[in-house]
Amino acid sequence: MNPETLLRLLKNMLRLRHMEELCAELYTQEKIRGFLHLYIGQEAVACGVLEHARQQDNVVATYREHGHALLKGITAKAIMAEMFGKKDGCSRGRGGSMHLYSAEQRFFGGNAIVASGLPHAAGLALAAKILKEDRISICFFGDGAMAEGEFHETMNLAALWKLPILFCCENNLYAMGTALNRYQSETNLVKKAASYNIPGITVDGMNVQEVYNKSKELFAFIKAEKGPFFVEFKTYRFRPHSMFDPDLYRSKQEISEWKVRCPIENFKKELFDKKILDLNMLKNIQQEIEIEFSEAVKFAEASEYEPIQDLEKDVYYENKLQRGPAPSTP
Amino acid sequence: MKISYREALRQALHEALILDPRTFLMGEDVGAYGGSYAVSKNFLTEFGPERIRDTPLSELGFVGLGIGAALGGLRPIVEIMTVNFSLLALDQIVNCAAMIRHMSGGQFSIPLVIRTTTGGGRQLAAQHSNSFEGWFAHIPGLKILVPATITDARHMLGEALLDNNPVIIFEHAMLLNQEDECEQKKSDYTPYKALVRRTGTKLSLITYGGMLCKALTAANNLAKAGYEIEVIDLRSLRPLDEATILKSVKKTHRALIVDEGWRSGSISAEISARIMESAFDDLDGPVQRLCRKEVPIPYAKHLELAAIPQVADIEIMVKGILK
Repeated sequence: MNPETLLRLLKNMLRLRHMEELCAELYTQEKIRGFLHLYIGQEAVACGVLEHARQQDNVVATYREHGHALLKGITAKAIMAEMFGKKDGCSRGRGGSMHLYSAEQRFFGGNAIVASGLPHAAGLALAAKILKEDRISICFFGDGAMAEGEFHETMNLAALWKLPILFCCENNLYAMGTALNRYQSETNLVKKAASYNIPGITVDGMNVQEVYNKSKELFAFIKAEKGPFFVEFKTYRFRPHSMFDPDLYRSKQEISEWKVRCPIENFKKELFDKKILDLNMLKNIQQEIEIEFSEAVKFAEASEYEPIQDLEKDVYYENKLQRGPAPSTP
Repeated sequence: MKISYREALRQALHEALILDPRTFLMGEDVGAYGGSYAVSKNFLTEFGPERIRDTPLSELGFVGLGIGAALGGLRPIVEIMTVNFSLLALDQIVNCAAMIRHMSGGQFSIPLVIRTTTGGGRQLAAQHSNSFEGWFAHIPGLKILVPATITDARHMLGEALLDNNPVIIFEHAMLLNQEDECEQKKSDYTPYKALVRRTGTKLSLITYGGMLCKALTAANNLAKAGYEIEVIDLRSLRPLDEATILKSVKKTHRALIVDEGWRSGSISAEISARIMESAFDDLDGPVQRLCRKEVPIPYAKHLELAAIPQVADIEIMVKGILK
């Protein structure tokens, strides 16, 4: 890997970490409300995978998706304004933290029903296949989603119809507060994909280089084979499930053991050791990130709220379509 | 020329597949089997497996794939074999198809058409005789069509495909073999307006779907006894054409709603409330309702007949109101 890529991966992980810590702070200030699910600890997964995503690829994510949205190209400003509930937000204040969307960046949510995004990723892949478009679907979901029927139905259809999808399971060991071995009869998750004839691997989701390298191979595989692939990223969230979670179901010791494996700290150390990074460079990176997000917060603060008289807008598309090859997404 | 409701549905589907290459049909047994109600018979041979897609028994999965395919630029027609199985797909229909447009601040549209068979009357017992169209009409973001005539069976699908919103078409199982003249589509054709199917002065009989032919039969019988009844076919349960309903009620001053769904929390309750809200002073008596009895539909024929509104029940109700 060249130094630019390594430094970009580091910077992206730091951006995600900074954004999430900032969100937590803004939540306590009551600038952000509702549910807020932080990605802290899992950064290596989104950063390593999405480094390979192209503009034309489809990304479908969960309610823990701020980082995925940012990496797919939604600006920090649009994300922050969304969490503030403002009209310049990427969902015009209709979605909030759990429903970030961008038609332009092909970011299809922000799905807050566990596993409900999976069939959309498969449908998007089906459309690409039928329309002979060069795009793949990258679908992120947690381990909890693998107990849902939507997961199994989607895996079967994706394999049966050979759809170009990368299924990215971010296994952070807990479905909200219930440990994997307390809700799954089979905790080897790759086996579940294999039962649908979908090849799969397990990757250390705390190691961004490994995530990056494996993902590169998987993107190539999907493009060559034109079929799905399943990858389980073993990872851990350092923060509670949401801002409402008292975190009673896991030990402090377990959390601190995982924190030793922090994807950012270890990677930073490695880059220092290899002399790819020095303190001055790090300071510059951090400064850039601080500017990016302080500007985002300023933007969100300054943005206006949607007028209440527009409340019932955008429930329906109002105009009738014409027949012919018009784009479906206006 | 007279054609059957089934043939009208077939022609509509055939035309849709020919007119737009982005359209495809997906569902259980739509291909090799020819559709469980033979609506897509021989389509697999004609259009091939890419456009006529047999699915596994995975309503939740393939409705969700339909949403994704719509987001990806296609115009999917998803067939859910019967409305009873649509409950397996509720998360995708309600939480996703109906909500994504609003949740995304209007960025995404879901041009998805779901076709499904509804209604009882064939001794299929509780789990195969439901009428859930009124339930679905509760959800903002969905459009709910209930073709009751051969002409609507023929033309509603094409209009639904020109709508950039998720549209569910409820095709009534008891109508499949009915035959009638199929009218040409008029230039101002829209499925979203209620139509007065029979004019009258004494009472507005408001109904839809499988109940329309019963209502018309009852109205004809009642006419012989001197009661001139106006019959309104709602055609669309969401949006609901309140204007046509109110106009009729303001003329007749009495209303009876005939609904194949259960009475509690039903579309008939909604219509009744809207009449009260907007035409209370025009009423000569309370709005009345005739609905499915509040039981799961039983198997035995005499019990099923008693559970679902019949022509004679309508006549008795109307005579009771007008006596």
